[in-house]
Amino acid sequence: MTTFWDRHKIFEKNSIVLIVGILAVVAIGGLVEITPLFYLKSTIEKVDGIRPYTPLELAGRNIYVREGCYLCHSQMIRPLRDEVERFGHFSLAAESMYDHPFQWGSKRTGPDLARVGGKYSDDWHVAHLKNPRSIVPQSVMPGYAFLASTEVDTTQIADHLRTNRIVGVPYSDDEITNASADMKAQVNPDTPEAAELLKRYPKAVVRNFDGKDGAPTELDALVAYLQMLGTLVDFKLYNEKANLR
Amino acid sequence: MAEHDKHGTFDEVTGKHTTGHEWDGIEELNTPLPRWWVLTFYACIIWSFAYWAVYPAWPLVQSYTTGWFNYSSRADVAVELAKLEAIRGDKMAALATAPLADIEKDPGMLAMARARGKAVFGDNCAACHGTGAAGSKGFPNLNDDDWLWGGTLEQIEQTIKYGARSGHAEAHEGQMLAFGQSGTLNKDEIVTVANYVRSLSGLSTRPGVDVAAGGKIFAENCTVCHGDEAKGNPDLGAPNLTDRIWLYGSDEATIIETVTNGRAGVMPAWIDRLDPGTIKAMAVYVHSLGGGK
Repeated sequence: MTTFWDRHKIFEKNSIVLIVGILAVVAIGGLVEITPLFYLKSTIEKVDGIRPYTPLELAGRNIYVREGCYLCHSQMIRPLRDEVERFGHFSLAAESMYDHPFQWGSKRTGPDLARVGGKYSDDWHVAHLKNPRSIVPQSVMPGYAFLASTEVDTTQIADHLRTNRIVGVPYSDDEITNASADMKAQVNPDTPEAAELLKRYPKAVVRNFDGKDGAPTELDALVAYLQMLGTLVDFKLYNEKANLR
Repeated sequence: MAEHDKHGTFDEVTGKHTTGHEWDGIEELNTPLPRWWVLTFYACIIWSFAYWAVYPAWPLVQSYTTGWFNYSSRADVAVELAKLEAIRGDKMAALATAPLADIEKDPGMLAMARARGKAVFGDNCAACHGTGAAGSKGFPNLNDDDWLWGGTLEQIEQTIKYGARSGHAEAHEGQMLAFGQSGTLNKDEIVTVANYVRSLSGLSTRPGVDVAAGGKIFAENCTVCHGDEAKGNPDLGAPNLTDRIWLYGSDEATIIETVTNGRAGVMPAWIDRLDPGTIKAMAVYVHSLGGGK
C-alpha cells in the first residue's frame, strides 16, 4: 500500500520537484494576499486632490530615493493614536498611489515625513539640508550641502514621466512633452511658463525654493518634493465613515 | 511512531530506530520533534482558523470577510482619539472657546494650556525655534521680550494661526527690501547705513565710516518701516534695531547682506494643522516663556 509518506518521497528525493512544489505553495499565499489589492475597490480610497508629481517634484523624489532618505525616514502615519497626535491624519493608500516605488519605509531614525509639506519654511529646509546641526543641534542626520551646488538634470525628466506612465501614472502627452520646461518653470513664479505648469498641475507650489536665481538645483527639487508631501488631500472634505478599513 | 519508522533498523547503542535513510553505510537516527513542539504547531494551525473568523481575512470578489467584530484599525484610532479627548476633559474643551485673557487668569486652564502647549511645541515648533525656544539664525528666539509681530496673547495667537509670509490670505506680510539688488542704495551707502545701524545699539563702527551720513540714508529709506527712532513696527514685522537682539546677526557683513538682499523669513500657518484650542494653548505657552507682553 502506498502511504502519504511514500508519495512525499517524490518531493524529498527530486530537488527540482521540491522547488516546483515550494513555488506552487508560496504562489498560492502570494496570489491570495496580493491579487485582491488590484481588483478590490476599497484598496485605494476615492479622494479629491491627488495628482501625479510635477516634473520638479518627481526629480526631487528621485533624489530622495538616490540619497536613501527612506533608510531613516518613513512616509507612513499609521492609524495609531500617538502617530496621529504627532504627525497628523493617518496616511491614505490614495496618497501614495502614484509612488513607484512607494516610500513608506519601516525605520524611523528621523521623524516620519508623510505630512512634512508646509510644516516648515523653505529657508528651514535649505539650511537644514545643508547642515542639519545648524538648526537642530541634536540631529544625527548627514548634511547634503552638495545638492545646493548641483543643477538638477532637466534633460531626462520626460523619460521618467514616460516610465511612470508605463506603470500606471496618468501623465498626458502634453505633460511629457513639456516636462523639461515645467521643471524649470516651477522655480520661477509669475512667469507665463509657471502659469502653463499650473494648468497642468493645479495647485502645485511654484516658488524659488532654494532662494537662488538661475537653473533649478537638486536642492530646489528635493525641497519642492518635501513641501508637497501629504498636502494634496483636503481632510475637511474627507469622508471618514466611508473609508473605514 | 509513524509508519515510516518501521523501515529503519534498531540501533542497539542508542536504543532507537533509524529512519531507514542510508548513505555509504551510515544510517540516520530517527529523532522525532519534541511532542510539545508538535502540539504547539498544530495549535497554531487551529489558531489560524479562529483568526480568519474573528479578523478581516479573506478577499472575496467585491469585498472581503470583515470578521465577527468588524474590526477596523481606522475606527479604532477614532475611538482612541475620542478617549484622549475625554481624558483631557472639559478644560481642554474650554480652551477652544475661552478668551485668551481668561485662560491666563484661571490656574487650571493655564496649567492645561501650558502642558498642552509644551507638548505641541516639541512636535511642531522646536524644529525651527529650538527645543528651548531659543531660536537660531533666521528663526526668532521666543524667550526674550523682542517680538517681530507683537508679543500680546492675541498677536501671538494671530501669528501662530496664519504665520508670516506663509501664503495664507491672513498671514503677516511685509518684508525687508533688497536695497542693494534693486539698486536703491549703492555699495558704499549700504556700508555706511550698516554701520549706522550698528551704532544704534551701541556696537562699534568701522573707522572712517561717516555714521552721521548713515543716519541720513536711514532716515530716507528705513524709517518708513523701522520707525523714526528705529524701534521697529510689529504691524510690518520690522524689528527694533536699537536693542541687542538680532535675528540674522549683528556683525557688519551680515547687516550688509541683509540690506543688500533683503530678508523674508517664513513662518507657516498652523490653522489648518492644529485645532483652535491647541493654537490657544500654544499662544499661552509661548506667551509664558518669559517675554509675553
